[in-house]
This record gives sequence, structure tokens and C-alpha cells, in this order.
Amino acid sequence: MCLAVPAKILIIHNDKAIADFGGVQREIIITLVKNDVKENDYVLVHAGFAIQKIDEHSFKDIVNTWRTLLEH
Amino acid sequence: MNSHNILRDKSLALKVAKYINERCSRDKYTIMHVCGTHEYTITHFGIRSLIPKVDLRAGPGCPVCVASPVNIDLAVKLSLMDNVLVTTFGDMFKVRGSKFSLMDSKGMGGRVSIVYSIHDAVELARRNPDLEVVHFAIGFETTAPSTAAMILSNPPENFSIIPTHLLIPPAMLHLLNLGEVRIDGFICPGHVSTIIGVKPYLGIACSKRVPMVIAGFEPLDVLIGVAMLIDMINNGECTVKNEYTRAVRFEGNVKALEFMDKVFKVSDAYWRGIGFIPNSGLELRDEFSMFDARVKFDVNVEADYNMPPGCRCGDVLRGLIMPWECPLFAKVCTPENPVGPCMVSFEGSCSIAYKYGGFTFH
Ligand code: SF4
Repeated sequence: MCLAVPAKILIIHNDKAIADFGGVQREIIITLVKNDVKENDYVLVHAGFAIQKIDEHSFKDIVNTWRTLLEH
Repeated sequence: MNSHNILRDKSLALKVAKYINERCSRDKYTIMHVCGTHEYTITHFGIRSLIPKVDLRAGPGCPVCVASPVNIDLAVKLSLMDNVLVTTFGDMFKVRGSKFSLMDSKGMGGRVSIVYSIHDAVELARRNPDLEVVHFAIGFETTAPSTAAMILSNPPENFSIIPTHLLIPPAMLHLLNLGEVRIDGFICPGHVSTIIGVKPYLGIACSKRVPMVIAGFEPLDVLIGVAMLIDMINNGECTVKNEYTRAVRFEGNVKALEFMDKVFKVSDAYWRGIGFIPNSGLELRDEFSMFDARVKFDVNVEADYNMPPGCRCGDVLRGLIMPWECPLFAKVCTPENPVGPCMVSFEGSCSIAYKYGGFTFH
């Protein structure tokens, strides 16, 4: 129920956006993240609403930290 | 976005599991999570089999499973009235209240539509001015802001909701206060946390001396989350750490929280299988009561809180037993013929255990 999936924002139009879900495009509502996002950003989408912007770099940081930690 | 592949890196996952196992200095660490999506990741990928000394328990992380049967009964009754259309998320469609589900109601001629988003429900109301559209507004903090946003968007008069939103941190506190099951650490729900941030957990972690880690939903997220927790438990570090930094900020989603606060007030709420939990529900504020279906329609439903006979969903939801410890599991109770809500919902622990087993890592 709390499932949220990442999508890339393609076109923003007021409180709505067209987003790409790995090849499938859908309209989403961006009211909850409006001032934070711009086109080409990734967001998490839950029940048709973008709920948070995804920071692409930070997951790599976490994984790299653990990779380094475990390889020593 | 290649996070998906990186976060399913099997060899790194095995290394993190080894890290965890090497640090398990006692026989058992009980770690509870409170999210159906975490249960899916843990069971689907067989994470329990990798870390035998970590007892990963699912708590009440399925809003559909804990939804008040009174509200379901109300939705069923309304859907059978002339000129009322009830909209619901698909997951809720088959869950019975005291007797019937919305699916049963549809079979009896009731008007029920499954929607993907509350926005679709409002659009249905706009397009059908002669119908009263009642949305079954269910979900944790992940979903409540979208309800709030629609209530603030000036929906048509023929739209209303059955407010069934619930809050997760009060439920975590409640389980700790009940003390029925030992909880050494919590994995906090990632998507709830995108909204509420880190803060609401801090007070509980400190006062109850329980470490917590907010984790994402890929297998490596969960394993790294557990590894962080084992270190915190071993070091007696009772705070909240965030593994899911790609989506969770310390302050959460401030705008979403403002919307929620404008529209809802916090109240005590009934959780099926658990009982009343203080400050764990959201009611519409008085100025929005015209959108509350319970105010709008004068319909009485009797309180009948029982789980079906023999069903141990309550114990599953409080983390006391694993689904397969229920005598009905996979014998009488299956996803095709579910007895309790935990077998009906896609995110119910019983349904996930039945479908994926989770006994081997892959
Ligand atoms: S297996 Fe079925 S009867 Fe048993 S607790 Fe789960 S839902 Fe209830």
C-alpha cells in the first residue's frame, strides 16, 4: 500500500506532470513536491502523487561506503 | 537510474550478511519492521535465510489489514445506497468488514470503483454531478498528504471521504508499551519517512531505548539497515539513522506535512487486530467536515471488531507470530480463499509468506 515507484519528470504543467516510469508515460500530480522539482528530475510516485524527489547520488554514496568498508 | 541493479548486487549482499553474522554476539536479535513493502523485500529475496540470528518480525505495516471494520461496513452500506459511488484502492476491495467487502457489495449491485489515485475519485465526482462519490481514504503518512491535497483543491460538493488514515510512529510506541514482543531495534518504513522525516521517531528511540534505522526497499537497503542496527544495538546507541538518504530528508516533505496539518487533526484510532492506539489516526478538521462521509450521510454501523474465527491476524500484526505459525495458514487460508485481512491484501504478511515463502536467498 505504501509502495512508491521512481519516475522521471518529463514535462511539468502547473500541478501535473508527465512522468516516465521505465518506458511507460503517465500523468502524475506534483502538488506535494512542486517547488523542489524540475524537468528531468526523478521523483518517487505513490498513488498518482509525487511524494519526494530522489537524490540520485546519495544511494551510490551509501553503497560505495559499504563496499569500501567490506573490502577492507 | 541504475540504483535498482546496484542495490541488488548479490555478492555485496552476501558480504553485508557476513558482516551482520560476524557481529551477532548473542543468539537472537529481534528487529521489527512496520511496512508491507519491507516484508515483501525480506520474504521475496529470502533475506531471513541469510541472517539466522536476526529475527526479522513484521509489525502492523499493512494499512489495509488494520483498517477499521466499522469503516469498511460503512463503505459497504454507502455503496448499496441509491446515487452513491464508493471509490477504493484495489488492495482494499476484497477486505471484509464484519461481514462483507466492497467486492461483495459490488456483487450485490452496489456501486464500487477501483481507483489508482484519490485524484481519479475527485474527477469521477466532477464528471458525475448526480452521484455522490465517497472515497475510502486509507493509508499511512505516505498516502494522507494526497488526500489532504485533494481536500484543499476545492473538490466538488458531491465528493466526500471515509477518513481511515493512520500514523505509524504512535503504533510503534504502542507496541513497545504493550511489551508483548521483545524489540531490539526497528527498521522504519522508508516511504512513510519520505513524508515525516526522521524527527517523529527520535523521541521514541530515546525514551524507549530502541535503535531505529530508516531503510529503503531493495535487498541491499534492508541488509545495510540491519547491519547498521546490529552495530547500534551492540553499542547501545538508541537513536535514529537514515539509510534511505536518496529519498528521506531529516525534515521530511515539509509541504506535505503542512497540507496534512491544515486538513487533519490527530485522534485516537482503532487498528484491527491491535485495538485503540492513542494519537494514531487522522480526522478531518471541523472546517472540512462537509467532506466527511460519516457526517454527510446519516448511516449507522454497528461496532463489530472481531477477526474471523480462528484467524490470528492480530498476533501476526503485533509481531507475536509468523504467518506460518497460524494453524489455518496455507491449509484453510490461502490468497484464493482468504480467512483474514493479512491473507487478502497484497502487502499482508500472510499473503506474502504464502506467495514467496522466503526460505532461500536469491
Ligand atoms: S493465515 Fe489466514 S487465518 Fe491465519 S492469521 Fe493469516 S490471514 Fe488470518
